Amino acid sequence: MSNNIGVVVFPGSNCEKDAMEALADLGAKPRLLWHADNTLQGVDAVVIPGGFAHGDYLRPGAIARFSPAMEAIIDFANGGGPVLGICNGFQVLTEAGLLPGALQKNAGLKFLCKEVELRVENTNSVLTNMAHEGQILRIPINHFEGNFTCTEETLIELQEKQQIILTYTENPNGSVANIAGICNAGRNVVGLMPHPERACHSLLGSVDGRVLLESFIQGEHAKI
Amino acid sequence: MVYDACVEVKLREGIADPQGSTIEKATANLGFNGITNVRVGKCIRFQIEAEDDQEANNIVTELCSRFLTNPVIEEAVIEIQVAG
Repeated sequence: MSNNIGVVVFPGSNCEKDAMEALADLGAKPRLLWHADNTLQGVDAVVIPGGFAHGDYLRPGAIARFSPAMEAIIDFANGGGPVLGICNGFQVLTEAGLLPGALQKNAGLKFLCKEVELRVENTNSVLTNMAHEGQILRIPINHFEGNFTCTEETLIELQEKQQIILTYTENPNGSVANIAGICNAGRNVVGLMPHPERACHSLLGSVDGRVLLESFIQGEHAKI
Repeated sequence: MVYDACVEVKLREGIADPQGSTIEKATANLGFNGITNVRVGKCIRFQIEAEDDQEANNIVTELCSRFLTNPVIEEAVIEIQVAG
């Protein structure tokens, strides 16, 4: 069980408190980690929250990937540690090379802020191991650059290795193959554009994010 | 030697360009006919100190591949000349 979860804060992050709140509500003991520290303070899992790290200057995640904390996160991830990137966190993970592909400006050039419907495509990942395949989840999105893009070879690899874990039932942003979330080949690093931490309480309109964050906290991803 | 560098960062061919297509539609709406293949990139200018052209080129090329571009979707056109 990943009880001690580090939530990384960059200058410009703005979803760290939502993530902390949701994780604590689900029984974990989250703590904030500052991007300029190159240690993860012994946490069991890492969340990179949404926001605009370093103002999204140059490209979202392009500067954040060189933060000292990222070196520690890359080592942690390569050692099998669970890492979750939400929205801007997903962009940081692709820039850092921990996840394939890239996030482009939305087709239609609209900043999208609404609830969408996701389909769980694969349950063998740190984020989906307690969900079931085909499960439909209503979770909000909140992004301008969430249009997942990759080469044809990468897409084939993602499909063959079943690394596409979440898709949109109605594509809101132009993402290749309706991709909303993917994992790495080791299935311990996950990135998604939607915000499960904002769908963890009925007051917020949906509790469908809970199954994803519970999966992450429970950490039983080796369901092969 | 000090060099002026200009790096044009552009989307790779085949990568959809939502900004380009929006601008293209707008040109037609404004009555500018015949404008096609609009692509939007960015230009990053800076100065760099190096021994010679070759070294300046090598440094800027590495800078582009590690930082200024995301090679998954972008590529760079590099122009370097002696500052002056």
